[in-house]
Amino acid sequence: MTDHHDFDKNYLENGKGFKSWFFTVDHKRLGVMYLWAIGVFFVLAAIASFLIRFEHLSPGQTIISAQTYNVLFTLHGAVMVFLFIVPGVAASFGNFLIPLMIGARDVIFPKLNLYSFWIYCAGSLILLLSLAAPVDTGWTFYTPYSIDTGTNVILVTFGVFVLGFSSILTGINFIVSMHKLRAPGLTWDRLPLFCWAAYATSLLQVLATPVVGITLLLLIGERYFGLGFFDPAKGGDPVLFQHFFWFYSHPAVYIMILPAMGIISEVIPVFSRKPIFGYKAIAYSSLAIALISFLVWGHHMFTSGQSKLINIIFSVITFAVAVPTAIKVFNWLWTMYKGSVELSAAMLYSLAFIFLFTIGGLTGLFLGALAADVHLHDTYFVVAHMHYVMIGGTVFGLFSAIHFWYPKMWGKMFDEFKAKIAFTLIFIGFNIVFFPQFILGTQGMPRRYFNYAPEFETLHQLSTYGTWILGVGFIYMLYTLFKPVGAADANPYRSVSLEWQMPSPPPTLNFKEIPTVTTSTYDYGTKVEQEA
Amino acid sequence: MDWLPTSASTFAPQVDSILWLVTIISVVSCILVGFLLIYFVVKYRKRSDNDQTPAITHDSFLETLWTVIPTILCILIFIYGYVYYDKYTTPTKGAYEINVTAQRWSWSFAYPNGKKTFNELYVPLNKPVRLVMQSKDVLHSFFVPAFRVKQDVIGNRYTFINFTPTKEGVFDIYCTEYCGISHSDMLAKVHVVSDVEYAKWESGDSADVENAYAGMAPDKIGEQLYSSKGCVACHSIDGANGVGPSWKNLFGLEREFIDGTKEIADENYIKTSILYPVNPPQGKVVKGYAPVMPSYQGLLTDSEITAIIEYIKTIK
Repeated sequence: MTDHHDFDKNYLENGKGFKSWFFTVDHKRLGVMYLWAIGVFFVLAAIASFLIRFEHLSPGQTIISAQTYNVLFTLHGAVMVFLFIVPGVAASFGNFLIPLMIGARDVIFPKLNLYSFWIYCAGSLILLLSLAAPVDTGWTFYTPYSIDTGTNVILVTFGVFVLGFSSILTGINFIVSMHKLRAPGLTWDRLPLFCWAAYATSLLQVLATPVVGITLLLLIGERYFGLGFFDPAKGGDPVLFQHFFWFYSHPAVYIMILPAMGIISEVIPVFSRKPIFGYKAIAYSSLAIALISFLVWGHHMFTSGQSKLINIIFSVITFAVAVPTAIKVFNWLWTMYKGSVELSAAMLYSLAFIFLFTIGGLTGLFLGALAADVHLHDTYFVVAHMHYVMIGGTVFGLFSAIHFWYPKMWGKMFDEFKAKIAFTLIFIGFNIVFFPQFILGTQGMPRRYFNYAPEFETLHQLSTYGTWILGVGFIYMLYTLFKPVGAADANPYRSVSLEWQMPSPPPTLNFKEIPTVTTSTYDYGTKVEQEA
Repeated sequence: MDWLPTSASTFAPQVDSILWLVTIISVVSCILVGFLLIYFVVKYRKRSDNDQTPAITHDSFLETLWTVIPTILCILIFIYGYVYYDKYTTPTKGAYEINVTAQRWSWSFAYPNGKKTFNELYVPLNKPVRLVMQSKDVLHSFFVPAFRVKQDVIGNRYTFINFTPTKEGVFDIYCTEYCGISHSDMLAKVHVVSDVEYAKWESGDSADVENAYAGMAPDKIGEQLYSSKGCVACHSIDGANGVGPSWKNLFGLEREFIDGTKEIADENYIKTSILYPVNPPQGKVVKGYAPVMPSYQGLLTDSEITAIIEYIKTIK
């Protein structure tokens, strides 16, 4: 039922209390709830990582036992991956922004959207229930260890299985919304790049997630009924599990990073007053990355015992995925060329994204090269590479989004100066934590090691000190965001994108009249003569 | 501190050449991206809300440039990685084969002449070696940073590593596939020795081994064996519960087993536990512990076992 309030009352005030939120079908409220949820899980998993780093201040036991350490790195990985970063930007900002950006009143299946959120809550609860006998397998659940361990693998994997449905249904909702609900005149080549990125992400969610669901069911069957898919003692193949697992989990890497790339493509043009450079290249490279990402899972397994020929093929395809990524980086950079660049907090996070993601991408080249990966695989080099991509990339992208759409989401402004101080702390802290880990890995420090050789102590300590700066940065950022300073205009950044052409915060049904789009989303600057 | 570890195999300098190549490419790219980023931010910084900007949407030449150059670099790195990987995975004819068995949380090595070692791998200098590896339980991974080689060890099939050591010395072996509570203590050493010494080691019998202990008190020998034979991975000496019971105050203690029987931990009990830890099945496994201890039959001489017992007596 809609009434006139849904067109003139802002979405935050249209209904109060728990029920008005938990039973809402408003994509913006769902987006905000996802943002809260992933925020809480991010803090939980971050605390685990701070304990892990503290433990590494000295070799041997510093504060926790080996078993607690194994549980903590599993908790950190599983919560960060399945509860924070996979739903992450797509579920929170995807939900909040896509209908606004395409000029729709909601996603196409609003009730399905609510069910997706409930499934996400249920899956998260199941996963966290396992804390009664916390799992020590690592977030990858490699067999046969995950069959053998006495910890609560079934609950965690069942939680991930349930979460998968949330991911699939959200993906379907976004894809159909973008096909069916785009405002008149909003052709595919005018669509904001965040939508393109979300589209590519949704494809991955719909096509890859079922595979991990099936795999985890097989694992549960193996633990519960003693079926022998993966256990060599029963004639199963443990490496088969890795194939199944990475067939999902590699595309999942792009489920995590693509929406963040979409954010960068939105933020940089606004603060450069320039159209995005190479719109088509960025849009198509999102799709290219999504497609190729299905064919590179084997690069997680170069030393697993899979055949040599397969390793060579996976290495080639892995390098093929590097190219569209490089294209994006230079397109973002060139967007600033001859622009009017404003270093807002959101822009700083986006620029840091470009730089850190470049490091993350380049260190991927080491790992893609077969002979080098033989040395670097399963060392801290991989840990550092992955965190440069996932924090330097996705989390910095998320932070950029939180700052950039803050006025739209909350109808308020935050203190830019304080936000920039928080950014500086986070940027410096992050690099002190993770850069030394590249060197540690190159020198042979294996990952998932409770204990380590004395020669690695200095670099481990440096990395731990970094977490303290990083932690202070996070806390200061939250403090700044929780203390708004005054109301926001409808369009404080003079953006031409649709979501800014409405009050802040938007009314529940967004548009009283569906707008007609006549220009590109990046219609900045004065037209100049250009070669084709 | 050097950023690369010691290089002690023919494969190591090849891996290092790739690490150098990609490092140079990466540093140059980072400087380029960082420079452009800062240069654009400074040069085109916002001066007022009315700044005039050109609506440049694309540039075919530039975009082709930054498609083609990364493509060429990627192909180059792939070829380097492939060529050396191909050499590494192709076994040399007549290579010296050593069987490796991994189990939680130790490594054992069996040599062509029937010799066996535990957590200590002996290989001859400058001779191609091929490791034929299998796991008795979960996944493990055999990693020698100084040789730049790594390979997972699996339960249902053999996996292989080929290397030729080029430097005498003792190097670390790490397990790099997570395998449970003592994963980070699943350590071993590889000894690279000259041909002459290797022949001596190969033909040496247990008498030679015992000569090495000449003049040492038995409990001191036991203390050495405690770490060199890997007992340390599971048994603490400070009373902390590990995978196995602690050795602190162990001697003379009454032990209760998982079948409910009891026994005093005396010399014979300890010897039996070392040689037949879970045999008869689960007979002598202390209550509260899993039956995971490997048998040391053939890996310790009688006098070494005596030395370990003497050492246990001293831990109070």
